[in-house]
Amino acid sequence: MTNPKGRFGVHGGQYIPETLMNAVNELEEAYNFYKNDETFNRELSELFNNYAGRPSRLYFAEKMTNDLGGAKIYLKREDLNHTGAHKINNVLGQALLAKKMGKTRLIAETGAGQHGVATATAAAFMGMECVVFMGEEDTKRQALNVYRMKLLGSDVIPVKTGTATLKDAVSEAMREWTSRISDTHYCLGSVMGPHPFPTIVRDFQSVISKEIKSQIIEKEGRLPDVVMACVGGGSNAIGTFYNFIEDKEVRLIGCEAAGRGIDTFETAATISTGKLGIFHGMKSYFCQDEFGQIAPVYSISAGLDYPGVGPEHAYLHDTGRAEYVAITDDEAVNAFEYLSRTEGIIPAIESAHAVAYAVKLAPTMDKDKIIVVTISGRGDKDCAAIARYRGVEIYE
Amino acid sequence: MSNIQKAFENGKAFIPFITCGDPDLETTGKCIRAAVENGADLIELGIPFSDPTAEGPVIQGANIRALNGGVNTDKIFDFVRELRKDIKIPMVFMTYANVVFSYGAEKFISTCKETGIDGLVLPDIPFEEKEEFLPYCKKYGLDLISFIAPTSENRIAMIAKEAEGFIYIVSSLGVTGTRSEIKTDLHKIVQVIRENTDVPCAIGFGISTPEQAHQMAETADGVIIGSAIVRILEKYGKDAPEHIGKYVKDIKQAVSR
Repeated sequence: MTNPKGRFGVHGGQYIPETLMNAVNELEEAYNFYKNDETFNRELSELFNNYAGRPSRLYFAEKMTNDLGGAKIYLKREDLNHTGAHKINNVLGQALLAKKMGKTRLIAETGAGQHGVATATAAAFMGMECVVFMGEEDTKRQALNVYRMKLLGSDVIPVKTGTATLKDAVSEAMREWTSRISDTHYCLGSVMGPHPFPTIVRDFQSVISKEIKSQIIEKEGRLPDVVMACVGGGSNAIGTFYNFIEDKEVRLIGCEAAGRGIDTFETAATISTGKLGIFHGMKSYFCQDEFGQIAPVYSISAGLDYPGVGPEHAYLHDTGRAEYVAITDDEAVNAFEYLSRTEGIIPAIESAHAVAYAVKLAPTMDKDKIIVVTISGRGDKDCAAIARYRGVEIYE
Repeated sequence: MSNIQKAFENGKAFIPFITCGDPDLETTGKCIRAAVENGADLIELGIPFSDPTAEGPVIQGANIRALNGGVNTDKIFDFVRELRKDIKIPMVFMTYANVVFSYGAEKFISTCKETGIDGLVLPDIPFEEKEEFLPYCKKYGLDLISFIAPTSENRIAMIAKEAEGFIYIVSSLGVTGTRSEIKTDLHKIVQVIRENTDVPCAIGFGISTPEQAHQMAETADGVIIGSAIVRILEKYGKDAPEHIGKYVKDIKQAVSR
């Protein structure tokens, strides 16, 4: 029997160097205490409401609904949070927890830069030191976010190893953590890595589905038929799904990044193309070759450009409770432009993957059905990259 | 008795690490033979992994060179089979969990047995996760090597009690790579290990000079050196074997002093 700790079916676990074991054990113990601590929860709610701007709006996208002519579409506006994405939910929780644990320094990995910006923000706000690891390739794709992190007082370390993207930033943050543990908390940005991270991050992000549930009941008097979100590591998706998992009538759909297509090598669609493996502290699905070498994945979206998926998603896939679909770069870019034009909302290119599937799905459903799409972040950061994708050179 | 323990019968043991296929398997073979001729007691053979999260830049570089050179798990098994025709000292594989898992744990471990590998060093398999591979290691008579780190503290006794082959003591926090100074109180760690097991222990991470190797050998039963050897390969490429032979001789002398 393998380690039962932090398992979702066969997935999850704690596949990390011995050097880090006491650190994750200490984190687990602290989390188990504070998650039921009244003061901690009150402080976190304060931060959510007064600093991050929660609850985020559940917006009825009437124009999009009418244009597509099918199910009613609601958008969960995580893009309206402070710092422009859902990442702040998890970061405020972890930073507060780290502070209670007596840590004075936060380290983080970032892909698109949204988690890095959120961590830098929390560190500035709470008076903590902060170092963010970011693939060199991503520092170019997301130069504005690099500047934002520095403006907030963080160091940004460009990671040059491997594919110089998100997976390499995670590896480098893990390496950094093994070298400096006593004062440092690794503020992991997604529902991945070793236990207890997938559980902690999920719990902090589950505020999304908690709010959707009460908001949709208020507006429609019933639960939605579908909730959907984009999936890289999967934190906004698990946050969107979590409080609906027991409501079997609600379909849960995760939208992965197919890159140039799941039949090409330039893809990051882990559930569609990966196989079971062990990497970055967890057992889950990973894009890899026949000898277990992690594949160099690709997506236009730096935030979804990761060769693995969180262990709870792997489990929801195994059990069939959630469905996972793959969306290409082209489809995502079309959706990015579509939502901007139709609703006046520029979504993050990550979130555009979920919008793209909503555009496909809504017309196939009756008008009395309801879809909730989580807009995990805002797209300002992506404008230059999308312009380049369309052949327009603009400079930030 | 485990075959690995033979490595500790010849005074203090010296365990060189080398990444298979850096820059090619022919050079790896020559380096291993040079190391054995010059007194190596056990060889730690690295199977390269695309994302070696416990390694510093030097060994990361070796992994990339080896993978770019086209080496894979099957080719390494064939290489070990060939090597075993004349290399008699114990050999262990050092790699990452996914390399073993993706090959099929039982297929990988039974092939280890068949080709003459005596144990596995897997830095991303801590005590809590060893059941992933331990049942197959037991079935085929391989030792699954346990790590103890400067942060292990209250975990040392638990790990030591179930250790087999040898215990890999991580000298310092952080990843592999040479260090000018090792500050951890290793005596205290070894003392707790000794209270719990007779399995020999070897210190690795950060050691490069004969003087450091000598000091570490006074504390433990053996010394593991990786990055310093990989650096020689990085510098001399296909001409590395004679330089590695000389280096191994110096270190073996230093640990035997």
